Amino acid sequence: MRDVRTKPKKTPLPPLKLGRQRRVVVPQLSPKRFYGHGIPGVEAHNLRGRLIVVEGADGSGRSTQIAQLVHWLEGSGHATAQVGLKRSTLVSEELELAKQGNILSRTTMSLFYATDFADQLENSILPALRAGFMVLADRYIYTLMARDIVRGMEEDWLKNLYGIALVPDVVFYLSVSPEQLVQRNFAKTASLDYWESGMDLGLSRDMFDSFLKYQALIAKQFQRLQATYGFTIVDANHPIDEVNAELRHKIGTVLAGRKGNSI
Amino acid sequence: MMKAFAELGFSGRLIAVEGLDGSGKSTQIYLLKRWLDLQGLKVFFSPWNSSELVKSATSKGKKQELLTPTTFSLIHATDFADRYERQLVPLLRAGYLVLCDRYIFTAYARDTVRGCPPEWVRGLYRFAALPDLTFFFKAQLEVSLQRILDGRPTLKYFEAGMDLHLSPDPYESFRIFQGRVLEQYLAMSTEFKFLGIDANQAIEAQQATVRDLIASKLDLAAFAAHRS
Repeated sequence: MRDVRTKPKKTPLPPLKLGRQRRVVVPQLSPKRFYGHGIPGVEAHNLRGRLIVVEGADGSGRSTQIAQLVHWLEGSGHATAQVGLKRSTLVSEELELAKQGNILSRTTMSLFYATDFADQLENSILPALRAGFMVLADRYIYTLMARDIVRGMEEDWLKNLYGIALVPDVVFYLSVSPEQLVQRNFAKTASLDYWESGMDLGLSRDMFDSFLKYQALIAKQFQRLQATYGFTIVDANHPIDEVNAELRHKIGTVLAGRKGNSI
Repeated sequence: MMKAFAELGFSGRLIAVEGLDGSGKSTQIYLLKRWLDLQGLKVFFSPWNSSELVKSATSKGKKQELLTPTTFSLIHATDFADRYERQLVPLLRAGYLVLCDRYIFTAYARDTVRGCPPEWVRGLYRFAALPDLTFFFKAQLEVSLQRILDGRPTLKYFEAGMDLHLSPDPYESFRIFQGRVLEQYLAMSTEFKFLGIDANQAIEAQQATVRDLIASKLDLAAFAAHRS
């Protein structure tokens, strides 16, 4: 399928313990809807697949968890597709360039990311769901909204903007304390990312300090958004396998046809 | 309720021109800019779809026909936001006369014709203030069509509205598309206090009307680059 990018796996995955339930389960057609008007000319009712979103800061273990979920889902006979922010054919290169030059003001940044999201929604997510794939989204509109709200954008404006988005079947938020995130980022790259530290906000000139403050602000927004969007908050300070077991359990109920998302 | 820059306390003023392709609005805004320049006023001209940052994505999207109504709308909003935040607003704070060849009404009209919900499109652009003056160049549809079709025989895909599948013939598609855009313009003309200019008139006659209107509505001396 065009545009569906698979992120290279970083570490070899352990062999999967498939256990007893090795019958391939055929998921029921689950009714879907958009948050607002959706996409002109697109019907949500014939989308056979499931949209599974994993949210969380850099270092919360999103990509590791998604890699393991793909492993598990494919082992269970489900086709998967992966999407994530800044992976669209249309604007990903330009967006990356603009981020490096650090010249975008907030409304522009917000709309540029929304364009990237919409392109992937229409060209990757919706076709994959129509074809019955399990779509794993490495971040979704909630990260974009939280980042923008922290930068002072109006929530109503964002809600209208993302009225195009499909309501996922389940949204996980991998919650990790900012202190733990710092440690994980250092362990991985020995550095902190400019944007993930919210340096554009001028919270502190000290990057370490800014990172902690910024991540705390984002986490606060996620907690607030949780009330509206009903995320499943997962304590990702726990070991990888434990977290994954929790995700699988929840996805299992979603596949069985019970709605994972509370709304 | 959206407000114009004057109402928001900006010292500059924004003048926008709107109209169909081929209505002659770009010629008129050029002549307007020349007139204001020659008076030694602080003037800045901003065409639609011109942000350096977004340009390469837009042209790629258009050339490879990657755009859907939603991404067409969003990428133009991104372009507008970039010019708005980095150029228009600072210049208007500094007391400039800013001339815009097309403003948010172009997006309202085109995106709605493409099938985006009007409330959604208007919501996207809610961050922008209204122009202080909006000139709408109203030509008969056939006249605008003829101007374009005479001069540029190959119509571009999105320009002709080919993405809407109105007709397999680009010329016919263009006619239908432009007709629908015109309807949208006319429907919002009162709401946004468009100053209608009869674009079937001679260039000079239109320009004289535009200049008279501006001179009567703005205190041009206040925009002098060097005040004595």
